[in-house]
Amino acid sequence: MMRASRRQFIAGSSLAAGALAVPVLATHAATPAAKALAANTWLGVGLDGKVTLALPKTEMGQGILTAVTMIAAEELAVAPADVVVTLADGDKERFAPISQETGGSTSIRELWQPLREAGAKARAALVQAAAAQWKVSAADCHAFNGAVVHQASGKVLPYAALVTAAAAAPLPTEAPVLGASDYKVIGKPHRRLDGAAKARGKAEFGIDVIVPGMKFAAIVQSPVFGGTLATANEAAAKAVPGVVAVVKVSDALYVVADNTWAAKQGIAAAAPTWTADAAHKATTHAQITGAVAAALEKPGFAAVDNGDLAKARAGAKRTFSAEYHQAFLAHATMEPANCVAQVKDGACTVWTGTQVPSVARDAAAKALGFALDKVTVHNRLMGGGFGRRLETDMVERAVQLAAKVPWPVKLIWSREEDIAHDWYRPAYADRFNVALDAEGKPVAWEHKIAGSSIMARLMGPAFKGVDDDVVDGLTAPLYEVPARKVTFQQAESLVPTSWWRGVGPLRTAFAVESLVDELAHELGRDAIEYRLALITDPRARHALETVRALSDWNTKQPAGTGLGVAVIHNWDTYMAAVAQVSVGADKQIVVKKVTVAVDCGQAINPSGIRAQIDSGVLFGGSAALFGEVTFNGGAAEQSNFHDYRVLRMNEAPRIETTLITSTEKPGGMGEPPCAVIFPALANAVFAATGKRLRTLPLQKALESV
Amino acid sequence: MAVTLTINGKPASFDVPAEMPLLWLLRDVAQMTGTKFGCAAGLCGACSVLIDGTRAFSCQTPAGDAQGKAITTIEGLTEQPLGKALVTAWDEVDVVQCGYCQPGQIVAAASLLKDNPKPDDAAIDAGMAGNICRCGTYPRIRTAIHRAAALHAGEKA
Repeated sequence: MMRASRRQFIAGSSLAAGALAVPVLATHAATPAAKALAANTWLGVGLDGKVTLALPKTEMGQGILTAVTMIAAEELAVAPADVVVTLADGDKERFAPISQETGGSTSIRELWQPLREAGAKARAALVQAAAAQWKVSAADCHAFNGAVVHQASGKVLPYAALVTAAAAAPLPTEAPVLGASDYKVIGKPHRRLDGAAKARGKAEFGIDVIVPGMKFAAIVQSPVFGGTLATANEAAAKAVPGVVAVVKVSDALYVVADNTWAAKQGIAAAAPTWTADAAHKATTHAQITGAVAAALEKPGFAAVDNGDLAKARAGAKRTFSAEYHQAFLAHATMEPANCVAQVKDGACTVWTGTQVPSVARDAAAKALGFALDKVTVHNRLMGGGFGRRLETDMVERAVQLAAKVPWPVKLIWSREEDIAHDWYRPAYADRFNVALDAEGKPVAWEHKIAGSSIMARLMGPAFKGVDDDVVDGLTAPLYEVPARKVTFQQAESLVPTSWWRGVGPLRTAFAVESLVDELAHELGRDAIEYRLALITDPRARHALETVRALSDWNTKQPAGTGLGVAVIHNWDTYMAAVAQVSVGADKQIVVKKVTVAVDCGQAINPSGIRAQIDSGVLFGGSAALFGEVTFNGGAAEQSNFHDYRVLRMNEAPRIETTLITSTEKPGGMGEPPCAVIFPALANAVFAATGKRLRTLPLQKALESV
Repeated sequence: MAVTLTINGKPASFDVPAEMPLLWLLRDVAQMTGTKFGCAAGLCGACSVLIDGTRAFSCQTPAGDAQGKAITTIEGLTEQPLGKALVTAWDEVDVVQCGYCQPGQIVAAASLLKDNPKPDDAAIDAGMAGNICRCGTYPRIRTAIHRAAALHAGEKA
């Protein structure tokens, strides 16, 4: 008989645990064996008593593998490290109604309820099986440490001894989920389950996949968007030792070789030339951003239209206008775009790290003209996603090539291809006309937005003019105003655009939180006090008050140093940040410290939440300070980390995070810190220099004023 | 040509062009994928290895230049006392996010600690500035390097 040890269990699940858990991330998606207990199509208990979890979402660094495993482990009363987790193949039906698409800080919010309910049902089935065997009431038994315990008699049976009987009975249709007071795992910091393997170089990213007989391929696409391949010296490419094939398609050139180096040499030897139409070639950065700014002059489509703007303005004490401009951004994931694919005997197998395994499967099937059941997408760990891997062009390219050669191929994009053929976060313009009453409260608020619409691209004819992502959060803003109008006007260029970490609220946060800061300054009010005077939501107020108390907000800063604040409520999370920056005579912005207070509802993994805040502050901070892709002659002008600058270790600020305890339902954590840091930095630069920067990126803007 | 070198203590010979970067020899020919491709321009540090104990960008090192030298990759480093101290610290501090840059970060940290067994924050910043992390693990890397230095000093004592 087992002796359940509570102490052991707690120790095993704590961050400081001595035992090193290196879970094997099984590379094949495991469906629970027929005789094993299935809580649903992706969560179960194996015949060996191990909890099995096919991750319904994808892991790109955000820690979802660990957080989801923790929730499953909690409901099934096991240690997270004992859960057998697999990365799931693309399979829409298996996971429906859960979407495998991983983005927009949706994972925990989407899984929180169904995952706990499924776990609770499986736990109840195991408890019932034990109670039946012992001929006692199930109410007197409970699950503990991978076993069911009968408290009164001290009897214990491990799941392995119960799973067959539990699976033979119908799964309970309802079972109560655990309450917050029961939590042993949720809310306690836990080491990442994939961390140890990653640190040791043993984790398998998409780019690390090796398939027997595989060849290595390089690609070059037309530098000018929309261009086509004109010429390529095939013979010269084939003369490179190790090159085994040259594949030309209308808009790209592939070289296949025994190794990546030979493939790259083959591309260079082929010296491809390209043809592009006049419109693409004439595309310049000024033209694109000019068109975005000009779109502000159009009436736009209303997302919000409350109250009587004219009447509110007429009764106002003063007015204020400002316009903000944001840059095109690349994702620049550390792992460049890549994909392994094999097309053989009318079937296709893909191995890749993607945020959208089932969409990638659809895309591969469509590209090849194959039925969906002839396409398998094995998902892998991603070396960063940030929205780049919501697109499937790297998969479509690999299958396009694989269909034309007799080997499995690993197609790796160069960093230059990755940046020149990104799907960029688009440029946006935001214009505000605000009227204030005698107390300085906004009474009329007109907000016009212009820029590319990703939703329009995805929705096609169903798009009616308002991009719901662009205006996400603006329908229920922190700042309530009696008369408010928000409009969106789509303005497209020939440059491809897509999602980027922080999505719509990222743009909104920079614009709105810059504006509110300007209003506070106009009125001579403290930037936090002014926000508190306007915001009624208690959780937002608490986040602001917390960050004020824990930062140096009330400490006078030396000359050239300033503090900037911002607060957001998006993705069901409240976050306030104070950034401290200094700017010397050389005009270089140095971020010294960032203090963050977050209320994301019930915390799952506090270590993961803190990691996401470091992440958003530094990823977002890089973009706010330096991030900009520019275009000339229809091509991106940036190509690698020398001209697409990101923060380095010596430029990273101290980051101090406070988690506000909450039992509200969990909010998202991937996006919020990325959104809050943009305005916090801009406002801090203003405090440090007196220069209000309304155009991103900040470093370039500061140097040009 | 045949390039003969030592990888993680084991002698090996590869029939590759002398100008092939060591990165691709390791990843594609030797099939050791712990060393990562990030930029192929010496800008990001993901491809870092130790050559005769000193950090080098394997994407910028022709295989021919590594002839006769001792290469230590993340796979070998983490079997050595210093590497073990580093990954133990990395585990304790829960450094990793996407993890793609981390083998390079740990190799760079090993090189730093060999030169300076007890670096302060400024020395860490200077020693690690050649390695980019897009996820934002820099603060935890700083903490972990301090911890690894302490662990390694303890192991030696």
